[in-house]
Amino acid sequence: MIGARLNWRIFVGGGALLMLALTAILAPLLAPVDPLEQDLFLELLPPWWQADADPTRALGADSLGRDVLSRLIHAARPALIVAVVAGVLTMLLGTALGLLAGYMGGMVDVVISRMVDIWTSFPPVLLAIMLVALIGTGLHSVIIAIVLIDWTRFCRVVRSETLAQTEMEYIDAAVIGGLKRGAILFREVLPNVLPLVIVLLTLEMSIAIIVEAILSFVGLSVSSDSPTWGGMIAEGRQVIHQAWWVMAFPMGLILIAVLALNLLGDGLKTALDPVLRR
Amino acid sequence: MSGSLLLRRLVQAVPTLFGVSVVVFVLVRVVPGNPIAMMLPPGASAEDMERLRQAYGLDGSILEQYVIWLGQALQGSFGTSISLRQDVLELVLGRLPATLELAVFATIMAVTVGVLAATVGVLFRGRWPETLIDAINGFTLAVPDFIWALALILVFGVLLPVLPISGRVDPRLGTEFSTGFYLIEALVSARFTVVGDLLAHMIMPAIALALPLAAIITRVLKNSLAEAMAQDYVMIARVKGFSRWRIIWVEALRNASIPALTLTGVQFTFLVGGTVLVEKIFSYPGIGNMAIDAVINRDLPLIQGLILSFAVIFIVVNLLVDLSYGLLNPRLRT
Repeated sequence: MIGARLNWRIFVGGGALLMLALTAILAPLLAPVDPLEQDLFLELLPPWWQADADPTRALGADSLGRDVLSRLIHAARPALIVAVVAGVLTMLLGTALGLLAGYMGGMVDVVISRMVDIWTSFPPVLLAIMLVALIGTGLHSVIIAIVLIDWTRFCRVVRSETLAQTEMEYIDAAVIGGLKRGAILFREVLPNVLPLVIVLLTLEMSIAIIVEAILSFVGLSVSSDSPTWGGMIAEGRQVIHQAWWVMAFPMGLILIAVLALNLLGDGLKTALDPVLRR
Repeated sequence: MSGSLLLRRLVQAVPTLFGVSVVVFVLVRVVPGNPIAMMLPPGASAEDMERLRQAYGLDGSILEQYVIWLGQALQGSFGTSISLRQDVLELVLGRLPATLELAVFATIMAVTVGVLAATVGVLFRGRWPETLIDAINGFTLAVPDFIWALALILVFGVLLPVLPISGRVDPRLGTEFSTGFYLIEALVSARFTVVGDLLAHMIMPAIALALPLAAIITRVLKNSLAEAMAQDYVMIARVKGFSRWRIIWVEALRNASIPALTLTGVQFTFLVGGTVLVEKIFSYPGIGNMAIDAVINRDLPLIQGLILSFAVIFIVVNLLVDLSYGLLNPRLRT
């Protein structure tokens, strides 16, 4: 019965993400019109179900007369790039430091743990905005900011899990068996910590999507020309009383992406955890 | 908690504040970029630039700048904002009450909702209310305050326009306030139309901030309540014939609330961090909104003042959480 439930979560969450990824990859083929094309006659055009809609602009147009649907499709690209690249880099940095702190102990552990404490005492949103304002705007700065801020999330969990694993008897067996420290860390500890890291990665990807949206909402992500969900929300916020749909559609997509990643994470957690699987 | 312990905790806060000030000071300065150039018109001479640098204390090494800044800060002077050309302390203190009122209101809301949801969940264990609460909770945990804020604006500000979507008080009311704590002041002076208007402005940002916190409180409190319900003293209370409501509210909640309280303290930090964005979305005039503008304008003195005030808030909250342990758990009252 549990097997059936975990399949449901992984399939729905993973399926939604796959569709999103395909949309991002195939954006130029899928988008009905050029996302940057302005047509002032179509300004704030309503979506298809409303009275004076235009059939060529299924989800309406924004304040510059740009097609909302095409912009949504193209904006999936920066979201996907940030989710994957920032998610994976954060995972690598945080996991490496967490493994080191948990396995080496001593001064290494003290220094890394103290850094985690200092890091987490800043409000993350403010820190992200500050970092990007300092490094300069653009997708790469958004990714750098996410990695620099969120590595603590992995580090904390991986460190305590590594500590727990090193207490176990199989590690003693490996030491007696003559394995070197590095080999124990990578061949014995890492595989046991990995399921947890993968679950965290799905959560980190959802956080990355939100942070990218927040930064482009504040105007600190990619340049305002190329569409992003956060940028579209910010533009929609300006004209919310005349055209609420400009803001609602990108919001809905962010929500779907975030929920899908969380669902996938939940599904993977039950699927990968031998204790919960029983 | 005794007076000496309180004093010790206050003393411990000093190095933390010092550390935060150093980190922020260095971080803001090591990265290239010239805030002075942004203040002057394009044709300004190098001489003008140098004068202005001196005026804002931006000449000299980072260490020199820090020593000067720290010396002035200890005397209560945090410099002048570069973008707003006003005293930093005055600016921050002017905005701080708005953020405090919002954050405290949101926290009260989160705790109320969280405690209610957790107790109802435990009371109806294994029946549909628990399933419903768990389902809503899972959803609420996944959705960030950013999305809640926008969704609330969309639904209650635009589609069913019942609430104002920006600002703190309707200027048409023409009320004057002598302090920054508008809500408290209006309540004390019994101006209830103003209270209503302030609450109408505050309710949506507060809900956006409260929902993620409420979800976390519900989850933790529900687990610890369920544990407490299996304890001997609860069995005894049952044998005595107390009702389930009374057992949960009087006997179990008191003991189960300690883990939830620790968490609320930690999460309050995130809530205050969340005000940065939520205030921006609702154009609410607090320090969060100001912080975003300060960062975008690279207003170094203001950024420093704001981050330090965030740090002070976090330290005070942690102190309050520590103090309330003693009230909840007599064993810690030594």
